[in-house]
Amino acid sequence: MASASKKLLMDPFSDNNPITVQVLGICSALAVTVKVDTAIVMALALTSVVSLSNVVISLLRNVIPSGIRMIVEMAVIASLVIVADQLLRAYLFDISKQLSVFVGLIITNCIVMGRAEAFALQNPPKESLLDGLGNGIGYGIILIAVASIREILGFGSWLGFRLLPENYMGNGLALLAPGAFIILGLLIWLQRTITKFVEE
Amino acid sequence: MEYVSLAIKSIFIENILLAYFLGMCSFLACSKKVDTAFGLGFAVIFVQTITVPANWAIRHFLLRPGALSWVPGVDLGGLDLSFLTFICFIATIASMVQLVEMILDKFFPALYHALGIFLPLITVNCAILGGSLFMVERDYSLASATVFGFGSGAGWALAICSMAAIRKKLRYSHLPSGLKGLGITMIMTGLMAMAFMCFSGINL
Repeated sequence: MASASKKLLMDPFSDNNPITVQVLGICSALAVTVKVDTAIVMALALTSVVSLSNVVISLLRNVIPSGIRMIVEMAVIASLVIVADQLLRAYLFDISKQLSVFVGLIITNCIVMGRAEAFALQNPPKESLLDGLGNGIGYGIILIAVASIREILGFGSWLGFRLLPENYMGNGLALLAPGAFIILGLLIWLQRTITKFVEE
Repeated sequence: MEYVSLAIKSIFIENILLAYFLGMCSFLACSKKVDTAFGLGFAVIFVQTITVPANWAIRHFLLRPGALSWVPGVDLGGLDLSFLTFICFIATIASMVQLVEMILDKFFPALYHALGIFLPLITVNCAILGGSLFMVERDYSLASATVFGFGSGAGWALAICSMAAIRKKLRYSHLPSGLKGLGITMIMTGLMAMAFMCFSGINL
C-alpha cells in the first residue's frame, strides 16, 4: 500500500483517534460499552455507515450546492442508518434490542457528519473510503477497550467467557454511568500520555 | 402529579446526559464558558420541548403501524411506515430548529443574538434525536411526551451549566498534561453522574 493511503487508514487508530483526540462520537462510546458483544456490533455498524457515507458524499461532492450540503449529508447518512438498523433487526435481533435507540443515534454521531464535512467533501472516493474505514476502526478500538474493561470489572467475563474466579462478585460501578465516564477519562489520559498529545 | 413525577425523573434521576450519555459532544465542546453553556442549555430546553411533541404527532398520525387509517376514502390502515422514523424525525428536528430560529429572529432579537450559532448546532445534538427516540420506545402520550421533552432538556441544561462552572474553577489547577481538557472533564462528569445517582429512588 502506498504510504499516503496507509497514513490515511492508520492515522485515526491512535495519533488522530476520533474519540480521544478529535473528541467526536463520545455518546455511543459510553452507552453501548457495558458488554463487549454490543460494542463490537456497534463498531461494525458505525464503520460501515461512515465508510459508505464518505464514499457516497465524495461521489456527489461536485454536484452538492454548498448552501444545502448539511441537509444532503443528513439525508445520505439517515438512509444508510435505516439500512443498518433494518439489517440488525433482521439478523441480530437480541443485540439490536440491547442497543435500543443508539443505532438510530448513529445519524447524529459526530464522527459520521464530521468526516463527511471535513474529508469526503474535498477528496476523491478511494481516499474517502480509507478515511472512513480508518476512523471507524479507530472508534471501534476505543469502544472495545472500554467495553473490555467494563465487562471484566463488572461481570468478571469477556465476550461471555468467564475470566475471573466464580466467587468474584462483580463491580457494579463499572456497569453504571459514572464508571463509564471515569474509565473513558482514564483511557484518554493513558492514550494521550503515550502519544504525547496535549490540549491547550 | 404523574407529570411532576415524570419531570423530576427526566431532570434528575434519568438525566439524559449523565445516565444516557446523550449530547456529550456539545457538552464537552461548549462547557468552557458559563455564558455559552447557559445559552446553549436554554436553546436545548426550547427546541426539545417543541420537537418531542411534534415528533409524537408525526409518529402518531403518519408513521406507526396502522396510523394512516384516519385518511378518508382510501384504505391505508394496513400500512406500516415505521422504517421511515429516523429520516422523518431528523427532518422535523432540522426544520423545527430553522423555524425556531426565524421566529426568534423576528420577535425576540435579543435572545436570538444571545444564542447565536448554537441554534443551528442543535440539529446535530444527539440529545434531541435521542429524546424523540426514547419517546417512541417508551410509548408516551402527548402530554407526557411534552413533559419529557421539557424535563430532558432542562436536565441537559442543568448538567452543562454546572460543568461549565466546575471547568471555570479547574482552569487554575495543576494537572498532568495528558489529563488536561478532555480527560479531566470526563472524570468530572463521572463524579457528577455519581452525585446525580443519589436522586434515584425519589418517587412522587
